Amino acid sequence: MFGFIARRCVSLFFVLLFAVTLTFCLLRKAPGSPFNLNEKQNTPEAVAKAERKFNLDGPLWWQCARYIGVARKHAVESPPAPAQFSGLLQGDFQPCLKYKDRGVGELLAQTLPISATLGAAALLIATLAGVWLGCVAALRRHTWVDAAAMFGALAAISIPTFVTGPALVLIFSLKLGWLPVGGWGGLANLILPALTLAGPAIAYIARLTRTSMLEVLAQDFVRTAHAKGLSEQRVLYRHVLKVGILPVVSFLGPLAAGMLTGSLVIEKVFSLPGMGDFFVNSVLNRDVFLCGGSVAVYCTLLVVMNLFVDIAYKWLDPRIRLQ
Amino acid sequence: MNEPTTTQATTPPGAIQRLLRNRTAIVALIVLGGIVGLALFGPLIFRYNPEATSAAQFRPPSMEHFFGTDLNGRDVFSRVIQGARISLLVGLCGALVSFFVGTSYGLVSGYVGGRTDNVMMRIVEVLHSIPRLIIVIVAIFTFAPRLENWLNATAITKGLVGYTKVIILIVCLGLIEWLAMARIVRGQVLALKEQQFVLAARALGQSHIRILLRHLLPNLTGVIIVYLTLTIPAVILDESFLSFLGLGLNDPQASWGSLLSDGKNVINPVKNFWWLLVFPAAAMSLTLLALNFLGDAIRDALDPRARR
Repeated sequence: MFGFIARRCVSLFFVLLFAVTLTFCLLRKAPGSPFNLNEKQNTPEAVAKAERKFNLDGPLWWQCARYIGVARKHAVESPPAPAQFSGLLQGDFQPCLKYKDRGVGELLAQTLPISATLGAAALLIATLAGVWLGCVAALRRHTWVDAAAMFGALAAISIPTFVTGPALVLIFSLKLGWLPVGGWGGLANLILPALTLAGPAIAYIARLTRTSMLEVLAQDFVRTAHAKGLSEQRVLYRHVLKVGILPVVSFLGPLAAGMLTGSLVIEKVFSLPGMGDFFVNSVLNRDVFLCGGSVAVYCTLLVVMNLFVDIAYKWLDPRIRLQ
Repeated sequence: MNEPTTTQATTPPGAIQRLLRNRTAIVALIVLGGIVGLALFGPLIFRYNPEATSAAQFRPPSMEHFFGTDLNGRDVFSRVIQGARISLLVGLCGALVSFFVGTSYGLVSGYVGGRTDNVMMRIVEVLHSIPRLIIVIVAIFTFAPRLENWLNATAITKGLVGYTKVIILIVCLGLIEWLAMARIVRGQVLALKEQQFVLAARALGQSHIRILLRHLLPNLTGVIIVYLTLTIPAVILDESFLSFLGLGLNDPQASWGSLLSDGKNVINPVKNFWWLLVFPAAAMSLTLLALNFLGDAIRDALDPRARR
């Protein structure tokens, strides 16, 4: 198991390298320049100067090498700095191109905790509620409980968050006055955005749980467990759920990475200073450094979550062999 | 394919009959057929051009306009039907790619295991990490002019020129959407391949391909079908987000997602134009509901254990 985790950490390095390099090159190839996106067009000389300042001049491979930190950057006169290696490998996330006086590292350090807290809360709600709903629906198959749970799930998927978010605000903040409209601060600020973010995920998890549980419930070992005289609860939670939850666990890897790095829509609706807004806008502004940093964070989370998922497989179904 | 000795076939005998005996499946099929029919032939029965503006702004639903009118006085009923075309196409394409690419990728990765699995899953992670926004921007920039020329070349395809960006968008979304499916299938295969029936099949001398297609795939149908029916709304909503950023549909064109986001923009607690949101959302929910019932019925019909 230790060797398995160690190998995975080594591969994390390569996955990160590929993901960041590809993102960087694609974004540099995209039409538009980070220095020329507003109405006021810069002169070609000014753009060239800015590109040189941020080490974005020259051929693409060279730009990328300097960003990663395997090639020397230009020497700078003021403040005097020699040509040196200073990229991601050295822990330098570069300055932000859109907000010139802020570094990407600083920006991520400020916004990631907010998005991650919100995402973790939403993930917890989604997993608990989704698995519970799915189990209930599977056990009461073809009853009104099943129909109601699945109908609710479909409604939650087909109504986008930019509609559910404002609707929740309208009901719980403006009409009832129970919760704050938006902003960041206490636990009360977390409830509505977490619920909005969790909504579609609950539906996904409930549908996956239901179908997988139905399949496991039909297997022979469940009958054996019942024949042994185990209680309904024990059969369900110790025997059926442990196998039936596998597809949900697979789905949780990508879901967690996506949720923890924030959502533009949720952040806009509840005016939260999270990461999702910067992530999307970094692409629109062609801000390669901010985008590269965000991708690095997202990619790390994704790989780590998928590692947890694989370890969870082994724990849930000991027959599974990992490498 | 049809040796009488096989106990596991890709389509169990009688699956179609079982499907047709299921009353919910029939209702779902009729509803879906109706929606697709409206999307295809709707323009023949419109009373209003979905892209034509008029002075009748924000009219509530009436006999004149079944679903009311929007900010620009366009008839919401014909816009919802028009929007069905793009949304269904996006959903269908996403689901197809997700099914063919995602399932086969996940099957191979999970079944072969070991180093192959490790490399294949790391590739999925790299692809997952690149923001889809970048992929769509670069693809539109690279392929839009070429596709436009190509569409202009023949008279039949000329009408599609306005949809160049949407076509590229649909392909891009399809190419991204299979990743989660691949991981789910791979996880299931990791567990299934350790079960005794796989060992038994190997002992009987069956080939790997046959084990994948005849033994593992039938046991995955439930999860695959449910995840497919979940992919469709996800892709439809993705399209609306990208269109909102100006990377898909242009304004007078409509999809369910773009109708929802247009509707949301003009609604606030003071101006309660509920019909702008309720009808597109209802169209989408109805489609999804029918798809899910159909999906469940197909799963039941294909269930290898259901044959008695």
